[in-house]
Amino acid sequence: MTTFRAAKYLAGVAVVALSAVSAQAEESVEVLHWWTSGGEAAALDVLKKDLESKGVSWADMPVAGGGGEQAMTALRARVTAGNAPTAVQMLGFDILDWAKEGALGNLNEVAAAEGWDSVVPTALQGFGKYDGNWISAPVNVHSTNWVWISKSALDAAGGKAPESWDELVAVLDKMQENGLTALAHGGQAWQDATIFDAVVLSLGTDFYKASMIDLDPAALGGDQMVEAFDRMSKLRSYVDDNFSGRDWNLASAMVIEGKAGMQMMGDWAKGEFLKAGQVPGQDFVCIRFPGTQGAVTFNSDQFAMFKVGDDRTGPQKLMASAIMSPTFQSAFNVVKGSVPARTDVPNDAFDDCGKKGMVDLADANSSGTLYGSMAHGHAAPAAVKNAVYDVVTRHFNGELSSQEAVEELAAAIDAVK
Amino acid sequence: MKERLQELTPKLVLSPSFFLILFFVYGFIVYTGYLSMTDSKMLPSYGWVGLDNYERLWKLPHWKRSLNNLAVFGILYIVVCTVLGLLAAILLDQKIRAEGLLRPIYLYPMALSFIVTGTAWKWFLDPGIGLENTIHQWGWETFSFDWIKNRNYAIYTVVIAAVWQSSGFVMAMFLAGLRGVDNEIIKAAQIDGASTVRIYRRIIIPLMRPVFLSAFVVLAHLAIKAYDLVIALTGGGPGQATELPATFMYSYTFTRNLMGIGASSAIIMLIMIFSIIIPYLYSELRGGKTQ
Amino acid sequence: MSQPSADVAVQTNRLVRIAIYTALIVLAVYYLLPFYVMVVNSLKPLDEIREGDMLALPRQWTIAPWLSAWSTAQIGVEPTGLRPYFMNSIFMVVPAVALSTILGALNGYVLTKWRFPGHNLVFGMMLLACFIPFQIVLIPMARVLGILGLAGTTWGLVLVHTVYGLGFTTLFFRNYYEAFPTELVRAAQIDGASFFQIFRRILLPSSGPIIVVTVIWQFTNVWNDFLFGASFADVDSVPMTVALNNLVSSSTGVKEYNVHFAGAILAALPTLIVYVVSGRYFVRGLMAGAVKG
Repeated sequence: MTTFRAAKYLAGVAVVALSAVSAQAEESVEVLHWWTSGGEAAALDVLKKDLESKGVSWADMPVAGGGGEQAMTALRARVTAGNAPTAVQMLGFDILDWAKEGALGNLNEVAAAEGWDSVVPTALQGFGKYDGNWISAPVNVHSTNWVWISKSALDAAGGKAPESWDELVAVLDKMQENGLTALAHGGQAWQDATIFDAVVLSLGTDFYKASMIDLDPAALGGDQMVEAFDRMSKLRSYVDDNFSGRDWNLASAMVIEGKAGMQMMGDWAKGEFLKAGQVPGQDFVCIRFPGTQGAVTFNSDQFAMFKVGDDRTGPQKLMASAIMSPTFQSAFNVVKGSVPARTDVPNDAFDDCGKKGMVDLADANSSGTLYGSMAHGHAAPAAVKNAVYDVVTRHFNGELSSQEAVEELAAAIDAVK
Repeated sequence: MKERLQELTPKLVLSPSFFLILFFVYGFIVYTGYLSMTDSKMLPSYGWVGLDNYERLWKLPHWKRSLNNLAVFGILYIVVCTVLGLLAAILLDQKIRAEGLLRPIYLYPMALSFIVTGTAWKWFLDPGIGLENTIHQWGWETFSFDWIKNRNYAIYTVVIAAVWQSSGFVMAMFLAGLRGVDNEIIKAAQIDGASTVRIYRRIIIPLMRPVFLSAFVVLAHLAIKAYDLVIALTGGGPGQATELPATFMYSYTFTRNLMGIGASSAIIMLIMIFSIIIPYLYSELRGGKTQ
Repeated sequence: MSQPSADVAVQTNRLVRIAIYTALIVLAVYYLLPFYVMVVNSLKPLDEIREGDMLALPRQWTIAPWLSAWSTAQIGVEPTGLRPYFMNSIFMVVPAVALSTILGALNGYVLTKWRFPGHNLVFGMMLLACFIPFQIVLIPMARVLGILGLAGTTWGLVLVHTVYGLGFTTLFFRNYYEAFPTELVRAAQIDGASFFQIFRRILLPSSGPIIVVTVIWQFTNVWNDFLFGASFADVDSVPMTVALNNLVSSSTGVKEYNVHFAGAILAALPTLIVYVVSGRYFVRGLMAGAVKG
């Protein structure tokens, strides 16, 4: 009897209430994020200082781990407890999912006053707005289809940066002949998927859109997809046997030390190269994944603004406005390796790769070839993303043939769609 | 009146704990059971879908993989920990001079969280930078130890690290058990001319029966909950070679936004746990009564 | 009591003794290796770690990573190191361990000396609670803490840890008191001693060993918990493990492994000390009852 009543009571109370109960007297924002490593956190400190100068105190709630996975778990616990933070660092579809739950606030007032609609790339607005209302403030745009090549290894392999798949294969072959690990890679699902993004994109922007964003069964199950998986197998053959589980930055270290030829990774990898004292153009070369020039797959960190009590909306708006200010966008992204989330920020402070990234972003935005990255949760919701991870990673580890992978992929996505 | 109070006191004392557990453990289990039959995705929602989630769960290769891995991991982990713990305890019970030094060395891994010890293990097991590399540098060029990178063997590396963490604790339990054995029994056996090995096999180890039970309870619960370990060591890979039900459940509930499926996997896990533990507990508690 | 069981010990035979010592040392190496990796690498500059020989001694010794981990490493936006989180953990661990131990002792006392019909069922239910995977309680727990107004507070964490520690503490004390002569309790009862008097004067004075075991067990578990800390802590109650995790697991930043290892050892120091100092009592306590089924 007691058990039953307890359960009933529990089921009754467990309905999610999203009202924030916190009553803080002073103006403050509570920020949940996972930027805890040196550079990132220091960059975020710029924002904190800026807000403090406007009389808003910053309550810091960092929860690192797994690209924000831990933070998202913590967020769920907090929202369920009725204790939602003011702003939460979030990626892609997570923002829209929370918006669907009705948990997010409204930034239209700030956005209209500052003209966000005209400066934020269109593809990015897809995640910053829900139902036509601004719900979050984008901090940066990472693009994921980069290749980082050791200059010395490239010189030894002919010196010309590859511009097509065939040229890439030729360079990789040459590097392998020269006794290097041609491709430095870490065998973690998200890293495998990051390469997969670029490979799919290299088979055509239409194909990327159809398969990764529209999840069109014909594209997912077609011959081009088999080709994509074949290319993954080909790339796998250039990776050393010791790759699985390796952190991405250890893979970068292999390129930095000249043990490996290149790494395919998002622009955050640049930080590792810079930290090791390397200079873009001199010690390492940054190019778009061959065959994807002109197109960009991105992921963007945003601060989603939660519905908070009236006493906290003021500081929340101040924070949103501070995030979107060109000075902060520039300061933050120079440190972070990414590019600003608005296209009108001056590029003076950025290095060569950063400048190139900004130009590419603007071009891709105007030509409509700026796509959300599947690997980083900007092409499809989490369930689909992870279904893709499962298949890509199993194929990359040799558990599935390309043909089987294609069949699995279509089935796996269908199962969670 | 006073007598009544006297009679009630024990129950009053016990009841807060009992009701806390009833609510926070069994209540939550019922709640999870309910969630497993709803269409919950990112947050709990209450659209009834019956057994759909269970059907979808059993169609996922990922889930079957996790169960197989748990079987391999759980059995090896419990057996190796028990054997190693017992062995270490017997060895340490041979009037060893450095016992005071060795005991904490065997015990300390239990004190460390796996958030970072996992990294240390990961490096150590990594063929490129760890053991294999070091042995190569010592001159044994053909030595190979790349289990953590091999999807057929990676699960065994999880066992190695897990055994490292808890076998010392099992050792302490057995050591305590050995120290509690009545010397008279042993003396009698020695007078009968039994060899040391024989005394251990026939008399002392059978006397350790309660220790085996306690060790089993502790180890089984650690095995089923094993989560940090896998995340820190392999992240479930290579591929999905080291996924366990606990990592599966966390992933579906919290990162894949498929809370319904996550809840159904939790219920299956609980059913498995209870179906192993309840009969065991039942027989033990029964046995205790008749003594 | 914790002397080796002299009479069983293998009789003196040089070869056998050498074999025993060798085996013990091999085991010790196995247990110490990861710790060695952590210590050695925490004393190296990062460049040396990048070169990739994890087992080598530092060529250039440095304690900078330790200082950084303790007081200047970036945990959140502020470079505070682990220092401020240490006390948060203490404030959480001490009450949680004390409460769950006291309740466990009382439960064990009732379940062995004041049995009532169904006492085994109650004990079985409490014991089974040890086996619940904590991930499933996160969401409902969050809701309950919210309703109680404990969300994000240290007391909320204390409640959570107390509840989920009860199963084990009850198990330990129940098994310990099971071996305690019931006649003494009955005699005291006849003399008119009350429930609590008997507990305080008769059982408690001889409970030292099992209290040590329970406290060590609970201290370790609560101190090392990450899941609850990450989910239920707020700005001013973040425990050490969550801070450590923030230090070590950044996804797209530069990883300072030497600082990570130093931080890990710092975070584990209290539990390490507890184990090393009380290891002897631990075995004694286990012997005194916890291992009896």
